Amino acid sequence: MTKKMLLGAAAATGLMAGAASAATLDDVKERGTLNCGVSTGLVGFSAPDASGTWEGFDVALCRAIAAAVLGDASAVEFVPLTGKTRFTALASGEIDVLSRNTTWTFSRDNDLKFEFAGVNYYDGQGFIVPRDLGVTSAKDLDGATVCVQTGTTTELNLADFFRKNNISYEPVPIETNGEAQQQYLAGACDAYTTDASGLAATRATFEDPSAHVILPEIISKEPLGPLVRHGDSEWGDIVRWTLNALIAAEELGVTSANVADMASSAGDSPEINRLLGTEGNLGEMIGLDANWAVNAIAAGGNYGELFAKNIGEETPIGLSRGLNAQWTDGGLMYSPPFR
Amino acid sequence: MSDTHAQSAAFVRESFIPQSPPPARERGILKWGRENLFSNWFYTLLTLVSLYVVFSLLSGFLPWLFSGVWNAGSLSECREILQGVDAGCFAVLTERWNQLLFGFSYPTEAYWRPTLAFILLFVCAAPVLFSGLPRKLLILTLLYPFAAYWLLWGGTIVVPLMALLGVVLGYVAFGATVSRGFATALVAALVVAGIVWWVGIAVAGAVPDFVALMPVPSRDMGGFMLNMMLGTVCVSLSLPFGILLALGRQSRLPIIKIACVAFIEFIRGVPLITLLFVANVVLAYFLPPGTNFDLILRVIIMITMFASAYIAEVIRGGLAALPRGQYEAADALGLDYGQAMRLIILPQALKISIPGIVNVAVGLFKDTTLVSIISMFDVVGMIRGPILASTDWNGVYWELYGAAALLFFVVCYTISQYSQWLERKLATDHR
Repeated sequence: MTKKMLLGAAAATGLMAGAASAATLDDVKERGTLNCGVSTGLVGFSAPDASGTWEGFDVALCRAIAAAVLGDASAVEFVPLTGKTRFTALASGEIDVLSRNTTWTFSRDNDLKFEFAGVNYYDGQGFIVPRDLGVTSAKDLDGATVCVQTGTTTELNLADFFRKNNISYEPVPIETNGEAQQQYLAGACDAYTTDASGLAATRATFEDPSAHVILPEIISKEPLGPLVRHGDSEWGDIVRWTLNALIAAEELGVTSANVADMASSAGDSPEINRLLGTEGNLGEMIGLDANWAVNAIAAGGNYGELFAKNIGEETPIGLSRGLNAQWTDGGLMYSPPFR
Repeated sequence: MSDTHAQSAAFVRESFIPQSPPPARERGILKWGRENLFSNWFYTLLTLVSLYVVFSLLSGFLPWLFSGVWNAGSLSECREILQGVDAGCFAVLTERWNQLLFGFSYPTEAYWRPTLAFILLFVCAAPVLFSGLPRKLLILTLLYPFAAYWLLWGGTIVVPLMALLGVVLGYVAFGATVSRGFATALVAALVVAGIVWWVGIAVAGAVPDFVALMPVPSRDMGGFMLNMMLGTVCVSLSLPFGILLALGRQSRLPIIKIACVAFIEFIRGVPLITLLFVANVVLAYFLPPGTNFDLILRVIIMITMFASAYIAEVIRGGLAALPRGQYEAADALGLDYGQAMRLIILPQALKISIPGIVNVAVGLFKDTTLVSIISMFDVVGMIRGPILASTDWNGVYWELYGAAALLFFVVCYTISQYSQWLERKLATDHR
């Protein structure tokens, strides 16, 4: 079913690419709001709070794009999408950009005719086990029962990992993350496997989180990022460079607190000046105002601030930067130069 | 004579004993218990086992329920307050009750509107549900859809007023031309209504602020309100469509018969979830880009189609259960098809079908939760998505789903009780 829908989506995208997305930037400006597809609910990444305001790491990227394009971080119409409806919504033009913890894969990029604008979170599949089990590595899990969600790539990754390491396991198939939490806590399985960010969020909800450990092995690559339709490269560039601006801002030490100050006049660093529009004409090149990056950074902060505020170690989710640290700190976050 | 007795009987009572109640073990709860619960060793055993099961369930559940926390900002705060005691964290309901009922983006200051629409629903549905009320109140029922639309979606009052005017004038046109034949009258009615609606759209566009409530887009509807909206609209629409389909299936005209059979069999052969996906995903490709055909309307159409097919089959069962003599009697009285159906066949067939119709209605109402799969935030969608995904409340399952179950139980049990009352009221046979 899903596969057929995806094919349909792909076919239709080809037809509509010309009509629906010829000038997304003009459409967005005319409309005055950015239509941004987000998850219907993923802890730390996107969820509305008690007053109905969307919050989260993916949501913050939508706000940054809206701020860069329209100068207003609140000019976003959030379109909540499930895993099944997300691609058709993007292909049919219902949303301008999809920022919904979507893994960048070959087939999604090429077969579904989407364009990934970068990676805002490097995720990967991991394991969680009770501390009492005394396991320190996933390779010690020989003969273990493992809870895994059915019909997902995690199931396939799990099979691959155990076969590669020549150890045996017994899968306990479960349907949803909620069910998995209950099963795991009830002791129906020795370990639970899903994306590491999901494991951290799950562990945060346990009565005693310190009684469970997330094993160090990451057995798959899940680069998550925002994506747009094929056929409108200008719009894709705007999304890509807004994300890059947030990453570069962290590297250059520009934060939501000091960005207004730094943008008021040209400073000593030429790259900061170019990024913030006090020097050169980068804004003009991308078809936006000179202070586009200033607005994007002021919307919620630079990449590091967004990470810390939504999913970082100070939050209940408590994810460490890991792969998502700046390249200068040994991570993979690396923005091409603003020049 | 008294002497002989005096010798043979030691005591003769000369007055009545005052009446006294039966012995304690022969009356009241003791007698009932002895006869029903402990009449022999097997029943006694069953009773004791059942009592034990009930006790162990309640002894777990009641403390969980009554020592629950109602005031906290997050699950971790709940746990701090509880200090390891196993009890519910109902604070999530205190904090998010409005999201469960109205969805997360319905404007807070407009909550009175759906609430009022909900109360008016009972007032305006009463004349249909209880035939004892004055028939003139049916006007309220007719007005209700327009009032409810205005309350829920907001905007200028011109839109529902012109829609109502279109219906009324169309009906007048129908009445004026019906002597020339049904088809002519129908066309006339549609033309008149169409003109009024067209004018209405223009007028409403010209004065968008005339007696206007704050407009709320369909996307912002959610929570139990959405379930109620879908359930009410779809059940009330599917009943007339179902009747027409059932009659069409019995028609002697082959085209009508084939069309109805094909429709019913196709819809019944497809899962509801597929129809919902079609409504949400596939229709977007058939429409020109940029047009936004209201999602709630699309879903209402699909669910109505689905329910109509099932109701049609239930009513067909009712029609088939009527003895052939009823049809023949109607013919013998010289009634035409419409009169025979309206006066003789359908009243009896519908009465037989009540349990089946209610069954479909209750099932349909619960099926409205399926819309959570196509990213609409009904009460289950709210729980699965936004509430469980908030960092504060991730991990609260029993409390939230219990609350949703309670809401659904209240509504479904009410429907079921009403239908039983209606069956008793309409019972004309002697049992």
